[in-house]
Amino acid sequence: MSSQYFPHTPEDIAAMLERCGVGSLDDLYADVPASLRLKGDYDILPRMSEDEVRKFFKALAGENSQLTCFAGGGFYDHYAPAVIDYITSRSEFLTAYTPYQPEISQGTLQYIFEYQSMMASLTGLEVSNASMYDGTTALAEAMLMAVAHAKKRNRVLVSKTLNPIYRKVLYTYARYHGVIVDNIPEKDGVTDLVKMEKMLADGGVAAVILPTPNYFGILEDYTGVADTVHAAKALLIMTAPASALGAIKSPGEWGADIAAGEAQSLGMPLGFGGPYLGYLCCTKALMRKLPGRIVGATTDASGQRVFVLTLQAREQHIRRDKATSNICSNQGLMALYAAVYLSLTGPDGLREVNEISCEKAHYLAKRLEETGAMELKYPDKPFLNEFVMKWKLDTERFDNYALDNLGGIFPGLILDDNEIMICVTERRSLDELDAYIERVREIIDAPVANVEI
Amino acid sequence: MNRKYYGQLIFELSRKGRRGSYVKREDLPGMPADALSAIPSQLLRKEPLGLPEVDEPTVVRHYTNMSTNNFGVDTGFYPLGSCTMKYNPKINEEVASMPGFRNIHPLQDDFSVQGCLRAYYTLQKLLCEIGGMAEFTLNPYAGAHGELTGLMVIRAYHDSRNDKKRNVVIVPDSAHGTNPASAAVAGLKVVEVKSLPDGTVDVDALAALLDDTVAAVMMTNPNTVGLFEHNIPRIAKMVHDAGALLYYDGANLNPMLGVARPGDMGFDVMHINLHKTFSTPHGGGGPGAGPVGVRAGLEEFLPNPRVIKSDDMLFCEFETVNETTSLGRVSSWLGNFCVELRALAYILTLGREGLMMAGKLATLNANYVKESLRDLYKLPIDRVCKHEFVFDGLVDKSTGVTTLDVAKRLLDHGYHAPTIYFPLLFHESLMIEPTETESRETLDGFIAVMRDIAREAVENPETVRNAPHDTPVRRPDDTAAALKPVVTYQQMIADDEK
Repeated sequence: MSSQYFPHTPEDIAAMLERCGVGSLDDLYADVPASLRLKGDYDILPRMSEDEVRKFFKALAGENSQLTCFAGGGFYDHYAPAVIDYITSRSEFLTAYTPYQPEISQGTLQYIFEYQSMMASLTGLEVSNASMYDGTTALAEAMLMAVAHAKKRNRVLVSKTLNPIYRKVLYTYARYHGVIVDNIPEKDGVTDLVKMEKMLADGGVAAVILPTPNYFGILEDYTGVADTVHAAKALLIMTAPASALGAIKSPGEWGADIAAGEAQSLGMPLGFGGPYLGYLCCTKALMRKLPGRIVGATTDASGQRVFVLTLQAREQHIRRDKATSNICSNQGLMALYAAVYLSLTGPDGLREVNEISCEKAHYLAKRLEETGAMELKYPDKPFLNEFVMKWKLDTERFDNYALDNLGGIFPGLILDDNEIMICVTERRSLDELDAYIERVREIIDAPVANVEI
Repeated sequence: MNRKYYGQLIFELSRKGRRGSYVKREDLPGMPADALSAIPSQLLRKEPLGLPEVDEPTVVRHYTNMSTNNFGVDTGFYPLGSCTMKYNPKINEEVASMPGFRNIHPLQDDFSVQGCLRAYYTLQKLLCEIGGMAEFTLNPYAGAHGELTGLMVIRAYHDSRNDKKRNVVIVPDSAHGTNPASAAVAGLKVVEVKSLPDGTVDVDALAALLDDTVAAVMMTNPNTVGLFEHNIPRIAKMVHDAGALLYYDGANLNPMLGVARPGDMGFDVMHINLHKTFSTPHGGGGPGAGPVGVRAGLEEFLPNPRVIKSDDMLFCEFETVNETTSLGRVSSWLGNFCVELRALAYILTLGREGLMMAGKLATLNANYVKESLRDLYKLPIDRVCKHEFVFDGLVDKSTGVTTLDVAKRLLDHGYHAPTIYFPLLFHESLMIEPTETESRETLDGFIAVMRDIAREAVENPETVRNAPHDTPVRRPDDTAAALKPVVTYQQMIADDEK
């Protein structure tokens, strides 16, 4: 046998070939021209035993440094209760396909319905789809959805306070889809709303995309923005890390039409970038423009309440090139992560996660300012749990601090030669916060050769 | 799976004041108690959160019961055509959950993530060998996302040559719906090319469509009828002569493992569904992964970031390598990394010997099922198939029993249904893909049940038409669901109150 995953014995193969009326396995490929056939075997190592595979990956994992994380930038180190792994590894969920046969897929359909309900509530909107790949692509789909809704208008205004990774993905989708992305300038860490109004007045705008909190962690005040955007007949799209929506004003409360973003913060591991979970929610009026799967409630032949994939006339397998999107799958299992996470935290737990993250972030910011080495870049702007610090001492010391993982700390994301963005979640203990401050003090006190003043 | 329906929603188990998790609150010296209250109130949430309030045991029991309403590959045979529902090895799950991968922030500096980058780089190289391509990106998150990325590569290539009028993608009428949909998202116009009665692309019809407006031709090979497009060398030449590129939809790559490589067939760009060919779990609809490969000469158009090797160190490069030529960025980072780990574990476990056999055994299994049922189910195209094949319903159509009925009756017998009503070439398509991880006994059991259903369709057609009878729920009313969509619990409650 060539693999533990293949059950075929030589006798099986012989008997099955006979039923097929061919003499050999190669005969099953008589229609593949000889010129196209592989010459010899793949240039790939022989198979590994399970123990070798385990050792191989343990060694690889050992080449990575597991750091105490003070970085965010769209990816957050929140605590995930043990129940999540336990439930999501149940193979009835893990090894199922898209729920095409509702009679034997109620598990998947039910948790997606729960997920949709939870996300609709978090974002303050009426409808959620069954999930998207990640935050960046969810926001790109939201943009395309708004452009399709606007019909002839194809200009989208994007705040420069949006995470640059998101802006790059938006730009890629826009470039190939014939959408014009115009950046709304940033002023003192927040969106220049006066400029935005002028840009809207230039016309042709399908949507305005605004972040909350923004890339710098700032909670921007968007009072009146929705009215301005709607007056220009454009849609307002907002994005937020899902977890923060447990405490901050929701897109729905701001008057947004669409909310799209990253839900990794709801119980998913950092996992070097994925898999994560994109959410996409909208008003009821836009429901039929939503891309992706949607689960709805109905009854079965015996009158029980059951769940099905619905409004499929929007989708690629029916509409082909006229579909609302090319998206085929959702991010099924990751939606289960979010549903289980939010079931465990409930409203009070999610608020508490935000309260504690917020408190600890403000504690760290204050203590770091007290070292004299840095100051908040935007001291008069409110933030939740992520903030930008400016280094006041020499660059060399900044590099020692910002690039140094040796203390087992990932100190934050470097934004500029002397700027670092720090994120604190509820996972960071007081001891870890104090260790961070201690590390900064050591760097301040250490002698540095050739200090330029 | 359980036959008793567990139909409750977590919201219905909610009781005010219950909690399933707590976080430790520490006294922070010199800080006021509630930092949130220091934030201006107009920036904070006022609407109550519609989340359930439940304790941990209730959550565990709820989702465990819910899982028993579900059917997965670990539950039973899943012959869903075009989805390649092979066994998902457990060591792969163990690998993907190792703390040294799970706890890594994607924006850590390269020196602290050499293991992650090495895993990515190793899989890139293995896919190049298997696909016959020069370079791969693993960044796309799914098959459809890979298609979109691949088409963007193609547009970036034509743009780089200042060949701006190419805005047409040709897809066969048998193609997966994602092909035309991806083309539309990439800003391209779709033109369909007909299939011949034998199920392969009509080469003459294709020739007539090829001109200097064509950016790409997308092909699935073997195609969605499970047939190898044996004219592919000719098609590749025609496409290239017309200045277009040839795209390989890797949805059906599995049967070609160990036999032939898309690069050698003349394809320029391809994607691979790691969740199909390389056995990462489908997760009820995701996450998957859709790496994209390109032939030599197209590397510079791939999306950023890319993983580059230099002096045995690995680097994640984003805007520095291909700033002007790259199509841009399609993902937040390096794709669904933990899915990539599983695929890498699978390839290493199969090794050379396993990879050389996988495709052939998948093809053997498909032909075995086809030959065992062809007297009772209508075989519209009588050729040796590859990993899958399509019946056009029952041979005896007089009973009124449809493909949908057959599919539903299979559920009663503990099998997942095949893919139905796709491809669109036939009215009663029933598309079966057994994969190589199923034993002869499993196939024999399925064959026996399919034969019983065909007999039952004649002797007792009502039983088949009203199937399923033995599943947790019966046939749902799809029409009602679409007419008056109820898509959240909040809406359900509001509707009830009315």
